[in-house]
Amino acid sequence: MNTIYLDNNATTKVAPEVIEEMIPYLSIFYGNPSSMHTFGGQLLKKIEEAREKVALLIGADPEEIIFTSGGTESDNTAIFSAAELYPTKKHIITTRVEHPAVRNFCKHLARRGYRITFLPVNNQGQLNIDDLLKAIDDDTLLVSVMFANNEVGNIFPIQEIGEILRERHILFHTDAVQAVGKIPIDLKKLPVDMLSLSGHKLHAPKGIGVLYIRKGTRFFPYIRGGHQEKGRRAGTENVPSIIGLGKACELAIQNINIEYNYISKLRDKLETSLIKLCPDVRINGDPQNRLPNTTNLSFEYIEGEAILLRMNEYGICASSGSACTSGSLEPSHVLRAMGVPFTAIHGSIRFSLSRYNTEEEIDKVIEILPGIVNDLRLLSPFGRDRLIRKH
Amino acid sequence: MWDYTDKVKEFFLNPKNIGEIDNPDAVGEVGSIICGDALRLTLKVDKETNRIIDARFQTFGCASAIASSSALTELIKGKTLDEALQISNQDIADFLGGLPKEKMHCSVMGREALEAAINNYKGIPTVVEEEGRVVCQCFNVTEEKIRKVAMENHLTTVDDITNYTKAGGGCGECKSEIEAILRDIWLIKKPEKLTKQKKLTNLQKIALIQEIIEKEIRPALQSDGGDIEIIDIEGNKVVIAMRGMCTGCVMSGVTIDSIQNKLREFVGEEITVEVQ
Ligand code: FES
Repeated sequence: MNTIYLDNNATTKVAPEVIEEMIPYLSIFYGNPSSMHTFGGQLLKKIEEAREKVALLIGADPEEIIFTSGGTESDNTAIFSAAELYPTKKHIITTRVEHPAVRNFCKHLARRGYRITFLPVNNQGQLNIDDLLKAIDDDTLLVSVMFANNEVGNIFPIQEIGEILRERHILFHTDAVQAVGKIPIDLKKLPVDMLSLSGHKLHAPKGIGVLYIRKGTRFFPYIRGGHQEKGRRAGTENVPSIIGLGKACELAIQNINIEYNYISKLRDKLETSLIKLCPDVRINGDPQNRLPNTTNLSFEYIEGEAILLRMNEYGICASSGSACTSGSLEPSHVLRAMGVPFTAIHGSIRFSLSRYNTEEEIDKVIEILPGIVNDLRLLSPFGRDRLIRKH
Repeated sequence: MWDYTDKVKEFFLNPKNIGEIDNPDAVGEVGSIICGDALRLTLKVDKETNRIIDARFQTFGCASAIASSSALTELIKGKTLDEALQISNQDIADFLGGLPKEKMHCSVMGREALEAAINNYKGIPTVVEEEGRVVCQCFNVTEEKIRKVAMENHLTTVDDITNYTKAGGGCGECKSEIEAILRDIWLIKKPEKLTKQKKLTNLQKIALIQEIIEKEIRPALQSDGGDIEIIDIEGNKVVIAMRGMCTGCVMSGVTIDSIQNKLREFVGEEITVEVQ
């Protein structure tokens, strides 16, 4: 059975070109870049080349790029650094729909006496800029707002938020893990001080990420030890992955526009067909303003894990915001923040595509999924009529 | 992904007895769409023999909820109502070759639906869950249900309660209350498995003290983040040391008294407990 992988916001396939580029650095050139001898030392040059490629993808300067172990470390580092450097300020603003890497680090600081404002979103998952303006005060140290949401794909008004914060001299961090490689980002024009990205969301391996720190922004390292990354992030460099990430960024630069059109066309076909074929389906998020690869649909009256496991029988991979798929019993905080009714959250399914998906795969899903939904609805004690009767 | 047994997968992918019986003799409905799982069980009962001749289910929920419901219908078909009432949630889980511990609440839902259906048949108004004191607001779980499930399944920690009832799995605000309920059950309730013994030899006495402390006392303390350790047993004097949250706890005097009372009750009046 062929796998139809529609869970690219969770992780992506490592591009074959990336693997090819990495192999020599896993086998032949295994040196430590900090060594005095050429065998290791020559790798520093390769790291710098990768840094340039990453910088190019997001419109940064190579020296503004720090390699980390991934999105989570980058997010944690950005918030930690701000808090360490400005200890008199105790207020952080973020959103209710952030990834746990930001959300839980903020909650941790809340236990250390920080005041955290979690900005609400409306039922399409959009922020209200007035809420941000109201939340800002003299004590505000940092604002951290994700570039695009992992669950529904919403893109946030980073430019507008950045301009507001720049005027007020407040640090601005964005978790761009889901956005980088999918939509063009140009930090020369974008007033952002710190940005996180992660390799495995753009066809590089897991365990490699980047924290961008704008020149002139003060920085306090989170991981300390050796002098690597100019003392900004200690630890022997993950050379093969850094090189892989460089290649993945190069591929993203080449493909970003073509992909945007190709992937969004497939996504739209999937979405419109499913809505047509299954009654009582709703789109979660803002259909006008979201990533080209993501759609989050709620199939009412049935539960997400059940849908996922039935799809799994056909090799179709997606994910769900339903609680039953995770160890926690709480359904997706993102969908709840958006006020999606519980009846719909439990039956939510996220499809996230990549350039490796084909039209045949999408056709297959369109062929199979309505049957699964119908089957599970026959099993369910809730139907439209019963729900209406009950409420 | 959950590690489901082949039987869970089989009962999820090809569930037996789905749907609704026309003109059922009994209906049991539990759960709600808000909480993420719900089960509607309908039964056909032979009035003469009180035997369940048919059982069908409709479930809103995850794979293990569907599998548990289907398993329940298989387990009760052909049984008399009294026999069916003997089926516990653990029996449902066992029938499926086990459930991940986080999913045990699915089997509890099956057992509840069965009780509700049988009550409905007998004309006993089902004690609607909302009528008790709600401990967990997130999942609408009452104190009564927590006590019942804890005793039936010998649950001693808040995590266990969450796995079996969902209570405590949301905002977490009810956790300390659940802890208090557990403490109450396991420190005050008379242990079922131990019977009072007379005339013990020294070795038997030591063994019994150890057993009571291990089985009846430590789990309750541990559920609260605390613990004790037996340092020595010298005649009738039991020397213990406080550990974890119990160390320096302002209530430690009360804890020691209750340990001493329990040992006196089950081992002998002459027992004294001292802290090292
Ligand atoms: S009240 Fe129990 S988890 Fe929220």
